[in-house]
Amino acid sequence: MPEFLNAGETALVVEFGKTVDPRLHDEVLALDAALAAASVDGVVETVPTYRSLMVHYDPRKLDREALAERIETLLERSDKPALTPAKRSVPVCYEPPYAEDLPALAQALGIDEARVVALFGAATYRLYMYGFLPGFAYLGKLPKELEIPRRATPRPPVPPGAILVVGEQVVIAGVAMQTGWYMIGRTPLRLFDLERDPPFSFAVGDEVTFEPIAAADFA
Amino acid sequence: MIRILNAGPGTTIQDRGRFGYLRYGVVESGPMDWIAYELANRALENPPSAAALEIALGGIEIVCEERAERVAFAGGGFAWERDGKRLPSAAVVTLAPGERLRAASGTWGMWTYLAIEGGFDAPVVLGSRSTYARCDMGMVPRAGDALSAVPRLRVASQRYARDDTGVCAIASSLLARSERTIRVVLGPQDDYFTDEALGMLFGESFAVSPRFDRMGYWLDGPQLAHKNGFDIVSDGIPRGAMQVPGNGRVLVLMADHQSTGGYPKIGTVIRADFGLVAQRRPGEALRFALSGVDEARAALLAIYDELEKPVALEPVGAPVRSELLFASNLIGGIVDVSDDSARGS
Repeated sequence: MPEFLNAGETALVVEFGKTVDPRLHDEVLALDAALAAASVDGVVETVPTYRSLMVHYDPRKLDREALAERIETLLERSDKPALTPAKRSVPVCYEPPYAEDLPALAQALGIDEARVVALFGAATYRLYMYGFLPGFAYLGKLPKELEIPRRATPRPPVPPGAILVVGEQVVIAGVAMQTGWYMIGRTPLRLFDLERDPPFSFAVGDEVTFEPIAAADFA
Repeated sequence: MIRILNAGPGTTIQDRGRFGYLRYGVVESGPMDWIAYELANRALENPPSAAALEIALGGIEIVCEERAERVAFAGGGFAWERDGKRLPSAAVVTLAPGERLRAASGTWGMWTYLAIEGGFDAPVVLGSRSTYARCDMGMVPRAGDALSAVPRLRVASQRYARDDTGVCAIASSLLARSERTIRVVLGPQDDYFTDEALGMLFGESFAVSPRFDRMGYWLDGPQLAHKNGFDIVSDGIPRGAMQVPGNGRVLVLMADHQSTGGYPKIGTVIRADFGLVAQRRPGEALRFALSGVDEARAALLAIYDELEKPVALEPVGAPVRSELLFASNLIGGIVDVSDDSARGS
C-alpha cells in the first residue's frame, strides 16, 4: 500500500515511493486513471508526478478519511485499467543556432558532439510529469553517458521549445526561462499553445523519442 | 463600464482560479485573500466566482463611464475615496457616470478587491479570467483600459435601484484585521526536518520578508534544519505549502504557486488562514500553530457558513431609502457581526 500524506486539508498525496522509477510511475498513472474513471464527487483535480499522485479535493464534499478509503478501494481492485502510453515523436534540431549549449555539453562530458546526439537520439523517454510552469515537461531517463551536473551559474534565458538536460533528466521547456541546465537542441513543436485546442498535446505517461531535423527545416 | 485611470503594480483580474490544469503545470491563480474576494462578490449578489480586480499596495483609480455601475470592495484596510470623499474600507457603492473611485494602501493589509455587479468581463483562458502575467494568461489591467461587466439578467429579488447613491459598509467579522496565530497542517515532508526545526516552526516568531509576490512569500526568522537532505524527487504543491529549500528559509506558496517542486514541504497553511498570511505586510510577525486535518476542515466549513449568510450592509452618511434598508437585511438583523468564531480567534 502507498503512503497517504497530508498536504493541508484540501490535498492528499498518495506516495508510492521516493525514487524515480518507471514501475512507481506506472502505479501513479494507474491510480490516476482509476480515479478519473470513478469520477469521485469532491475530487477537484489530480497531479501525477514521478512517484506520487496529488489529489486536490473540496473538503465541503469530501473529508480526508472518505477520500483515503475510496482510494484504497480503487488500489485493491484487480481489474485495473490497462495503461496504453501514446508514442510521440519530437523533432529536434542540434545545429546552430538551435543548439547553443551542445559544444559546452560535449566538452563537459568529454565526448564529441556527434556522439552526444547519437546517444540522446537512440533512447526512448517517458513523460514523467509536467511542473514548474505551463507545458514544462519532465522526461527520463537520460542515458548514463550523458548525465551531467547542473551549471555553476544559470545560462541566459532559453527560448520556448528548448530541450534541456541535467542529471538524468530531460526537459522540454514550453515557455522561455533562465536555467542552470544545458540546451542540447530546440524543437519547433509546442507542447503548450493557448491558440490550439486542446492546448496541451502530450499527456503524462507518453513515450517520447527525438528525431533530428536540419536547421533549414526548423519551422 | 469603468475606465482605469491609474493602476499600481500588481493589479490583476482574479476569479476563483484556473482549475483542472495543474497536471500540465498551469498554476491555479485566483485571489490572494479568497474570503475578502468572495465577500465583495456576495455583497453584490454576484456568483461567488465572478471576476474582480485584485488591487495591491500601489492602489488604483477608476472612473465610471456611460452608465451607473454598482460596485463593492473588500480586503485589507485600504483608503477608499469617491470623488475625494472618504469611504469605508469595505463597502457597496453605486458610481454615477463621471464619478471617480480611488484606493490607496491604508493602515493594514496587502490586497483589496473591487467587484462589479455581474463580474468583470475579462478574457477567459483555460476556463478562468484570472490574470497569470508570467505566461500571458488573462489581462493585466493598465491605465486607459475600459472594463465592462458581464451582462446579467435583472431579477425581481435585485436589492438595489441604480439611482441609490448611498454607501453601505460591508460589516463582516471575516474582514477584521487579525494578528492571530496561523494554523498549519504538518506534511507532506515534515519527516525531512529535525525535531528542533519542528519545535521552531511552532515555537518561534517569523515575519514576512520583502521578497514576496503572488507566487510566494519568503519568511524571515529561524532557519529550519533538514535531517535527510533537502533534495526530494519533485512532487505536487498545494496552495499554502511551506517549502524549505537548502538555506532553511520558509517559502509559503501563494496563489500563483508552481504546480510541483523538489524541496521538502514541512507543512501547509490551512485554507481558512491563507488570507491572513496574504494580508501580512513585510516585517509583520507570523506565528504558527499545529492543526489537524479535521480541525482545518471544520475551520473552513465555518467560514463557508458565515459567507453563505446574506452580507450585512450598514448605511453610511446620508440617509438611504427604506427599501434598501429592508433589502439589505438590516431590519431583520440576520447577521451577528459580533460573532468572531469563524476566524477562530
